[in-house]
Amino acid sequence: MEDRPVCTNIATELIDTTVVEMKTDNTMTEEKFSFTSGAKRQISITGVVGLVLLVLGIVLSMNSGGHGEEGHGDEEHALTATEQTLEASVTQEEETHAAEEDEHAAATEEHHETATWLKRVYNSLWVNNIYFTGLAIIGLFFIAIQYAAQAGWSVGMLRVSLSMAHWLPIAGILMLVSWFIVKGDVFHWTHHDLYEGPHADDILIGKSALWFWPLEAGGFPLFYILRMVVFFGLWYMFFLWIKREMLAEDLDGNVSHWYKARKYSAIFLVIFAVSSSVAAWDWVMSIDPHWFSTMFGWYIFASWWVNGLAAITLIVVVLKQNGYLSIVNSNHLHDIGKFIFGFSIFWTYIWFSQFLLIYYANIPEETIYFIERIESSQYVWVFYMNLSLNFFLPFLLLMTRDAKRHMSFLKIVCPIVLVGHWFDFYLMVTPGVMKEEGTFGFVEIGMLMIFGAAFLFVTLSNLTKYPLFAKNHPMLQESLHHHI
Amino acid sequence: MERDKHFVLGVYEDEDVLLAAIRKVRDSGIKIMEVYSPFPVHGIDEALGYKRTRLPIAAFLFGLLGTSLALLMQIWMLGFDWPMIIGGKNFASLPPFVPVTFELTVLLSALGMVGTFMVVSDLKPYKKPRLMDIRITDDKHVMAIDLAGNKMSKEDIRKIVGDSGASEVNDKDFE
Repeated sequence: MEDRPVCTNIATELIDTTVVEMKTDNTMTEEKFSFTSGAKRQISITGVVGLVLLVLGIVLSMNSGGHGEEGHGDEEHALTATEQTLEASVTQEEETHAAEEDEHAAATEEHHETATWLKRVYNSLWVNNIYFTGLAIIGLFFIAIQYAAQAGWSVGMLRVSLSMAHWLPIAGILMLVSWFIVKGDVFHWTHHDLYEGPHADDILIGKSALWFWPLEAGGFPLFYILRMVVFFGLWYMFFLWIKREMLAEDLDGNVSHWYKARKYSAIFLVIFAVSSSVAAWDWVMSIDPHWFSTMFGWYIFASWWVNGLAAITLIVVVLKQNGYLSIVNSNHLHDIGKFIFGFSIFWTYIWFSQFLLIYYANIPEETIYFIERIESSQYVWVFYMNLSLNFFLPFLLLMTRDAKRHMSFLKIVCPIVLVGHWFDFYLMVTPGVMKEEGTFGFVEIGMLMIFGAAFLFVTLSNLTKYPLFAKNHPMLQESLHHHI
Repeated sequence: MERDKHFVLGVYEDEDVLLAAIRKVRDSGIKIMEVYSPFPVHGIDEALGYKRTRLPIAAFLFGLLGTSLALLMQIWMLGFDWPMIIGGKNFASLPPFVPVTFELTVLLSALGMVGTFMVVSDLKPYKKPRLMDIRITDDKHVMAIDLAGNKMSKEDIRKIVGDSGASEVNDKDFE
């Protein structure tokens, strides 16, 4: 990149050259991933089993006649004399909750009665859309961060991350298409009778410009759809640009590609900062259209980010155990392990910041979100499992230095984080869609397996199309010598 | 011979020569007391065969202490000593205690770590520093070998250190 000063110490020079030569012999030859038919078969079987489970779940759900009614609201609140204030606030919340449920019931009668099993399918479709979109965009975000920060340690992992981002166009099309299928059941605000007539809802009328601008409220949500298209379009465009520079560098070894990739990365990061936040409001927060939280953009980002890091790490570790990526050693794993550890805590920090303010302010229109999740037997286990899988376990398991450096530990923690954050998204989406009918069963597992298999197939088959690491990356040497 | 009094010092110009020299000297059976360098040298811990620090254990224990103290303090204050209704919450409700608990955990963990480090390394205020060679604060690396800790004769040690690439081999005696 730059000319070395001529008068460097001779001893250093000598040692440097020997190391470079040694590495040239061992690892600098082009390394390519081959997606074996065995792996393909396993992934296909996972997908097919998922499909079978999905169908089985649908059949079971149809026969059970829908939903197990759970008593809610008639729980006895043990109260002491000193808790009068508490009682008052709880009663208020219960009333608001009940009122909203009535209103929902009325709204659904007006339209069509969607069967519970179909709602479950829609719900899990949407959960997986958000979840796997997150994995794909974090694939690109990770690369952008590394380029913008001019990081050298991560060179060996960038191609894994890049191949995850190949899911982006598929995620975009899936989300757009499935939005039109699920909108009536997932997004309450799409019902046109909420904007005029007897069911008119003042809060939603106030927010309607966010979705329907410039068209009439209750009609086609042009602004909303436009944002979805523009976000995916922008993300995909930057993905193509950054990928082009990364792969061109392999061929001619020109450093200008690195500078261009860094420029695109910096612009992408600015765009992503805004778009990920707005996407979080659009795709997840508007499922509970009356509710809002200013932490939500961060919350979705934190969840996506730590989840994506766990996915990158898991793929890298599995590749290493199959004899690939020898340039990634325990120093690099230590770094990405610190990332997972740190951002698990970051996610908890964001989660808690959102929770504490709502808990302490105790405003009914805000607390409803957590009441739906904690005081309902369908979701309360997910609520506490979410915290255990995404905070306590990664925190305790990854705390020591050795845990971050050993593949066996990472292979335990990464799946925990991946599953934990799936339930995180499940918990964000389901109570708003299914109300008291939400369950976790074959439908949800099956849909997750189908999506997971498809995502893995796309990722791994794209990983075969280019070398596993960039042999002309200007910081490859830095990465090879990385030592902490 | 008395410990920590009489030293042989090898002075090195370059950190790569130093690293090679450390391995050579250790391989010949000499125990190195300490190596002083003006800047951090990568791989020097491994070369010297240092065991990993146990400071993280101290950090964890002090952190645990901080967590417990913070929770005890808040539960006692707000739940027993002076119960007050705040925002209709229980007297001792956990969520509002989390920020304080977090801060005290970090504080005690950090202070405890610093304290442990100072005790273990025998650092204290007004301690008179023992400087092996003034040039370690500038551009020289110095390997210090305690004669009391080695069975070899001074001449043999001087010879081995000299052969390992040291630019100078000096003696240093403290009162």
